[in-house]
Amino acid sequence: MTTLTKDAGTPAPADAGAFLSVRDLHVSFKTEDGVVRAVDGLSFDLARGKTLGIVGESGSGKSVTNLTILGLHNPQFTTVEGEILLDGQELITARESELEKVRGNKAAMIFQDPLTALSPYYTVGRQIAEPFMKHRGASKRAAWDRAVEMLAKVGIPNPKERAKDYPHQFSGGMRQRAMIAMALVCDPDLLIADEPTTALDVTVQAQILDLLKDLQQEFGSGIIFITHDLGVIADMADDIMVMYAGSAVERGTTDEVLRAPQHPYTWGLLNSMPRLDSDLAMPLTPIPGAPPSLLTPPSGCRFHPRCTFQDRVGGNRCVTERPLLGPDRASACHLTADQKHTIFIEEIKPRLG
Amino acid sequence: MLRFLVRRTLGAIVILFLLSIVTFLLFFGMPRDPALLMCGKTCNPTSLANIHHVLGLDKPVPEQYWIFLHNLVLGSNQFDQGPCPAPCFGYSYHTNDLVWQTLMDRLPTTVSLTLGGAVCFLIIGLGTGLLAAWKRGTLIDKTATGGAMVLSSMQIYFLGPLALAVLVYQTHWFDKPAYNNFTGDPVTWFTGLIIPWVVLSTIFAAQYTRMARSSMIEQLQEEHVRTARAKGMSRQYVFFRYAWRGSLIPIVTIFGIDLGSLLGGAIITEYTFSLPGLGQLAVQSVFFSDLPLLLGVMLFSAAMILLFNIIVDAAYAFIDPRVRLA
Amino acid sequence: MTQDMVLPAPREAAAGEPLLEVSGLTKYFPVKGGFPIRRTIGHVQAVDGIDLTVRVGESFGLVGESGCGKSTTGRLITRLLEPTDGTISYRGQDISHASRRELAPIRSEIQMIFQDPYSSLNPRQTVGKIISGPMEINRIEPEGGREKRVRELLEIVGLNPEHYNRFPHEFSGGQRQRIGVARALALEPKLIVADEPVSALDVSIQAQVVNLLQEVQRELDIAFLFIAHDLAVVRHFSQRVAVMYLGKIIEVGDREAIYTRPRHPYTHALLSAVPEVSLTDEPGAAGRERIRLAGDVPSPISPPSGCRFRTRCWKAQDKCAAEEPPLIQISGNREGHLTACHFPEDPTTEARDEDIILDPALAALEEE
Repeated sequence: MTTLTKDAGTPAPADAGAFLSVRDLHVSFKTEDGVVRAVDGLSFDLARGKTLGIVGESGSGKSVTNLTILGLHNPQFTTVEGEILLDGQELITARESELEKVRGNKAAMIFQDPLTALSPYYTVGRQIAEPFMKHRGASKRAAWDRAVEMLAKVGIPNPKERAKDYPHQFSGGMRQRAMIAMALVCDPDLLIADEPTTALDVTVQAQILDLLKDLQQEFGSGIIFITHDLGVIADMADDIMVMYAGSAVERGTTDEVLRAPQHPYTWGLLNSMPRLDSDLAMPLTPIPGAPPSLLTPPSGCRFHPRCTFQDRVGGNRCVTERPLLGPDRASACHLTADQKHTIFIEEIKPRLG
Repeated sequence: MLRFLVRRTLGAIVILFLLSIVTFLLFFGMPRDPALLMCGKTCNPTSLANIHHVLGLDKPVPEQYWIFLHNLVLGSNQFDQGPCPAPCFGYSYHTNDLVWQTLMDRLPTTVSLTLGGAVCFLIIGLGTGLLAAWKRGTLIDKTATGGAMVLSSMQIYFLGPLALAVLVYQTHWFDKPAYNNFTGDPVTWFTGLIIPWVVLSTIFAAQYTRMARSSMIEQLQEEHVRTARAKGMSRQYVFFRYAWRGSLIPIVTIFGIDLGSLLGGAIITEYTFSLPGLGQLAVQSVFFSDLPLLLGVMLFSAAMILLFNIIVDAAYAFIDPRVRLA
Repeated sequence: MTQDMVLPAPREAAAGEPLLEVSGLTKYFPVKGGFPIRRTIGHVQAVDGIDLTVRVGESFGLVGESGCGKSTTGRLITRLLEPTDGTISYRGQDISHASRRELAPIRSEIQMIFQDPYSSLNPRQTVGKIISGPMEINRIEPEGGREKRVRELLEIVGLNPEHYNRFPHEFSGGQRQRIGVARALALEPKLIVADEPVSALDVSIQAQVVNLLQEVQRELDIAFLFIAHDLAVVRHFSQRVAVMYLGKIIEVGDREAIYTRPRHPYTHALLSAVPEVSLTDEPGAAGRERIRLAGDVPSPISPPSGCRFRTRCWKAQDKCAAEEPPLIQISGNREGHLTACHFPEDPTTEARDEDIILDPALAALEEE
């Protein structure tokens, strides 16, 4: 575990382990067509200063999970059950006023598209200064100075002047830097980054990813990094959780999940992704079919309609019984550990080229 | 900003110029000969020709238009009725008053009616709309939306007489609507206009309620509003600083259009309450084929609409820094 | 030169012969402004004099970041946009400014696949109608009728032919892109311009569409101009690749040349920026070089003089500002590998002794 020096005033927890614990989270939305079970029984932990990568495709529930952590869902249409503990504080049952003290302070968020995620109506400096004034009780003056300091830190040239600019006067990469400055202004313990580089060009993405890593060293925040891009996650995360159709199907350290993956869905992702160093003679092996509708999710294992390995599981278990995901290194699949190992070594790995 | 104003003013002048040509030509296609009206019962071809000559109707159309334009910009001393300083629209055929003077006499009524009404409907409409958006989905929201739906489908010529019948003639709670000069007696100015204001603003407020509500709800779903919440800003702060700002754009647009056309003459309202404003004047001028007056009223209301167009566009730039005025 | 043939025609041109030749292709979009009368005060130099050749049956990749002009190039070639300058010739025939009528016989041979499978299909038309649309417009009556042909096409792209009467919204994103492919194939084209055909799709679906396009390209011998920002996808799909930056092609060559022996500093920077899952666990294997550029791409309204990349380049010297480097086979390059650079890099992507970090914030944070 990385040891970190935090601001005085933040009480050091007795157990430096998980300071964010999500237990058996269920999130569902009421829609005109019925109830969408966006997250269905999700549990995970994040240690201080560590990065958890959540990877999954659209509709996997990865973004919903993280909006729920900060209570940013619409309570009118959303039902949330389970437990979210941040530094000992239960967030699901917390009142709005308590959540406001957490948001932007203890836990901050970076969104995908910085153009729409920043308000067009206020200067970049003001938008960064606001949470600092709110959470630290800083004066306008002090908060503005802090905003300029943060802009300098994230690499905005001429920050004193640029703080007076509006987001539309920034380029895409600079906007995302400003967004990062805004998220880090109160030195949060938890940073949730929801596809923060998906809208950016590849050379800018590389700059932003490295910047986040370097800033994490300095600020010591734990990061939840949500992405659909396995390459990005490999670059950023200490641990990986793979999500499919509202629940986690595999978790482990980045090395474990990417080099010895155990779940057929993770295999599918790796096999369908072209890489710069892959063998060109080897065609991509896509996952057949499409992700299920969360209005009527498949019975048993939610991946079974697309899984090519279900016949190796005895009986009809994949259709009838939902595989559970254990703690630590685990995968939610009825295949035996031996089967998973052999299939990966003999059938999946050779296809990775 | 200055560039913008200059450019837009020049543009507006061009539009007014074109409009004046079109209107001028149109009026010559009017079936009624204004001279015939002035000629009276003892009309004979000689006196008719004489009136034509006096009014300048015997000259070719382009020349008539040229004279009209010349008078408008520079004024004229050619009128029998007396001098006509710029902007000179000539003298009314019907009343023999200076057109510009008539317009200016009628303007305070219309301005009082419109601005007073606008203040009422903005406060009531936006207030209710914001409340409904804040309390979205609750009974308050449903009542507000339902009420707004009913009221916005009402018409002034229905609500106006109803209000008059109940509030004035039946209960005598309010004075009969009338226009009294504000500088003369502010109290009677106020009491005389209160019924028209209420009726005017009821209908408009309902529209503004619906607009403010839907525009706010749309804004509250914007990503940047969610970001503001993710920063820990309070619900009130997010509502009034982040969402409100963006929802102003459609409101300002409609308000500019409404105010511009109302200032050009709230015809039905003025007629319903017999208020001597520009709207009434417009109707009268059409009725009497009073060409100079009609041209004057038309160009004046067009100018009002164009003016508010410019004001709305300038307002955009104040609301939204992305809008660049050029 | 091959003469026009009536479709369906046997492939008369041998593989390797040029099918599409573009030279000096330029597209400027006017920028309006000025006072008191608005007029054109500048141009967005979206595409500025590019040369490229797509050979029969070949897949040619066009990569670059947003604003580099790759999509505009695609639209110019399919003549959805009118070029400002330069020539586009298809099978030897100049089509740069061809009228609708002149284009008619060629239209069926050049087809386009778009990025967004949601907005590029008319939601009010059935799949059958969408796919048979091009046949109707070009008044082509295939043997056995249009419906039979549509069902065949649905089968080719891996959709159920029974779905002939369904509407686009009944399909998932990947399936919609298949419909787009079927539509493009309807007229047996010889060249398909695919503009980011998979970038709106999820990873698992993306592979399905890439494989489909690959099958189509190989089995039907269709040449592709494959426009994408994803370098790994382009590498997978294209035999030859051109890299664009600010409206110019800065490097072009076969796949091997671009991906393992790049010479232009920008190509190096691009490749090094791609985040990769490293699956090799051999110890001692040389890592990839790490190059982090500073800032974003400059505005195409007033691009830098000389070499357009020089403002973000670590090797730039005075010469780069004064003189635009020509796109040529510089010394050390193999046949067909052209680079526009005065001071090219070594042809390797292996890690350097020292990373190149131009971003000041990164440099400052990593200094500590």
